[in-house]
Amino acid sequence: MSDPGNLVYTLHVNGEARDVRDAWVGESLLYVLRERLGLMGSKGACEQGECGSCSVLVDGNLVCSCLVLAAGAVGQEIVTIEGISPGAPSDVQQAFVDAGAVQCGFCTPGLVMAAHSLLERSPQPSEMEIREELSGNICRCTGYGRIIDAVQRVAVARRGDA
Amino acid sequence: MSVLVPTSLDGALQALADHPDATVLAGGTDLMVEFNGGRRRPSDVVVVNRVPELCTWRHDPVVGTLRIGAGVTYAEIERDPIATWVPALAQAARTVGSPQIRHAATRGGNVGTGSPAGDGLPVLAALDAVVELTSAAGVRTVPFAEFMVGPKRTSRAAGELITAITLPVLDGWQGYTKVGVRNAMVIATASVALAVSNADAGVAIALGSVGPTILRCPEAEALAAQHADFTERRLAADVVVECGRLAAAASRPIDDHRSSAEYRRHAVGVLAGRLLRRAFPHE
Repeated sequence: MSDPGNLVYTLHVNGEARDVRDAWVGESLLYVLRERLGLMGSKGACEQGECGSCSVLVDGNLVCSCLVLAAGAVGQEIVTIEGISPGAPSDVQQAFVDAGAVQCGFCTPGLVMAAHSLLERSPQPSEMEIREELSGNICRCTGYGRIIDAVQRVAVARRGDA
Repeated sequence: MSVLVPTSLDGALQALADHPDATVLAGGTDLMVEFNGGRRRPSDVVVVNRVPELCTWRHDPVVGTLRIGAGVTYAEIERDPIATWVPALAQAARTVGSPQIRHAATRGGNVGTGSPAGDGLPVLAALDAVVELTSAAGVRTVPFAEFMVGPKRTSRAAGELITAITLPVLDGWQGYTKVGVRNAMVIATASVALAVSNADAGVAIALGSVGPTILRCPEAEALAAQHADFTERRLAADVVVECGRLAAAASRPIDDHRSSAEYRRHAVGVLAGRLLRRAFPHE
């Protein structure tokens, strides 16, 4: 991806306008986030939408940033793991810590984004629903049990708050 | 080199008229894999997922059709109300990739890619869907069976945009099923869509991932329709077995990195029989 490029555009990331210069037309949002904007939270592994470790929100929809054409995301609201809860862990992030849902940590940003997205759309998901909704995020360490536990802890806590 | 992001249909058609050889990108879930892997080096790209006219659907209860705009995502197709009108398409949508993929991937993009393994395509073939193509010169419609002409080859001309797919809303059972190496996030090794029309006493069966295009199996369809009791939803067990055999015989699979041709041929027969049994649960 070291092609010379001449594109200049502006992305809205985590509430800020971020200028991108000298970009090549085919660059993915993942590449631009990490290599041009210095946002290293979204991880790059498969670069074909299989692993979910690059998950971000674009206009509120959970997508793989590796499959988003960066220059095509102009004018859309992009939220990355860095913008999900600046300054302090979100309830989902804290639940991942409390449940021991983190081992090597590589998949964690994508899973946290997916869990936030799931709980927005379905505040009290069944275990089957959690499994289906997180099926686009691959973890090779924990075996998923503690990740499901973390999501369920947040669902219970949020129900208690309501 | 440019990336154009039109926000109206007129704008998209103008962009394609100005750049007829541009790469048309909808959800990006197929094309970005090729960009990322260096297998395709785009020059001009027209991004069409922000065209509001493409992101709507229209149900016509009088004619009995559903027109799905090319920009409608699989996430929308797997939910009501579309799931109520074309349940097989909703089932197929739910098996596409992951939630992340389905939030981005579009009805039109799936048709435009034209992969024999595309989950949405056997349903279109079984329902005799019509593809609507629009260019600066006007609109034309093409039956899906004529639109897809080979593996990842379609009859879309330069300067044309896939704008919608129109499907009949039928009165009978319909479904989609596939096999792959696991349940989630998997490209079909073999897939089948089946749609029953009680009004026409018809059974349509379409096969995916077992030929250069999506294949219909007229012999299996005719045999099932001939012996089925559409009111009582009955079909004799030996007819189901024979229809499965005819479906397998209609397939034209190849050996590749995902499966052997022999396994695909076997699997597609099993899947066709399984769907027939769901459509006609009584013997």
